[in-house]
Amino acid sequence: MAERRMLLDSTLDSVEVAEKAVLQAAEDIGFGEDELHQLGMAVRESMVNAVVHGNRYNARKKVHVSIAQAPDRLTIVIADEGDGFELTDIPDPLADENLLRQSGRGLLLMRAFVDEFQVRRGEPTGTEVRMVKYLAKAS
Amino acid sequence: MSVKLTTRQVGDVTVIDATGRITLGEGASTFRDMIRDLATKGNKKLLVNLGDVSYIDSSGIGEMVSGFTTVTNHGGQLKLLSLSKRVKDLLQITKLYTVFEVFDDEASAVRSFA
Repeated sequence: MAERRMLLDSTLDSVEVAEKAVLQAAEDIGFGEDELHQLGMAVRESMVNAVVHGNRYNARKKVHVSIAQAPDRLTIVIADEGDGFELTDIPDPLADENLLRQSGRGLLLMRAFVDEFQVRRGEPTGTEVRMVKYLAKAS
Repeated sequence: MSVKLTTRQVGDVTVIDATGRITLGEGASTFRDMIRDLATKGNKKLLVNLGDVSYIDSSGIGEMVSGFTTVTNHGGQLKLLSLSKRVKDLLQITKLYTVFEVFDDEASAVRSFA
């Protein structure tokens, strides 16, 4: 399994860098156009969460990105150095009373666009998101 | 490319033609500013044409919802036109199909405001 690790600044430019790296890795192992779009969106949402909500654009905090290629899947781990959060504290964006909220849909979109999705507290701090997309299921 | 927005009048309906990407940053804020400006100037019938929008992220979706709320609070209506399959999928996933009126055909959309 080939793995690429990146340590990125807490800027919106890093969102583009991570998205581009993931799309290149996904293209290399044969994902199609629709799956590339889905992966790109999932990574973008996760990176925005890490930069904006996790590290809060703090120049001293980094976003850790790992992209692991296997013949049948791509595994992406994105971790920030923020304070972390509890999933149970995030309002359900599909509840009728939340449909008109401006924000809060990022996790929903990530879950929708990958095959496996996990969020856990990072060590020693922050949030770590792990996403897996399978080639066989995708094509 | 960030989003580019142009407006035109079809009768009393203001059509906003969007091109590019509506994402966190310039794209989403451009969209927000345009909708707020039109709503506060008294435009009550807004039709957002997303036919040439290649990409919308959750921030872009948030701005569309915010725009909908702003226009509604000013006594107007905001409807969507010509969504790509990917944007339609986003509205399905987020259940926003239950909020927005969506049209494939501009003439039908314009008539719906009457």
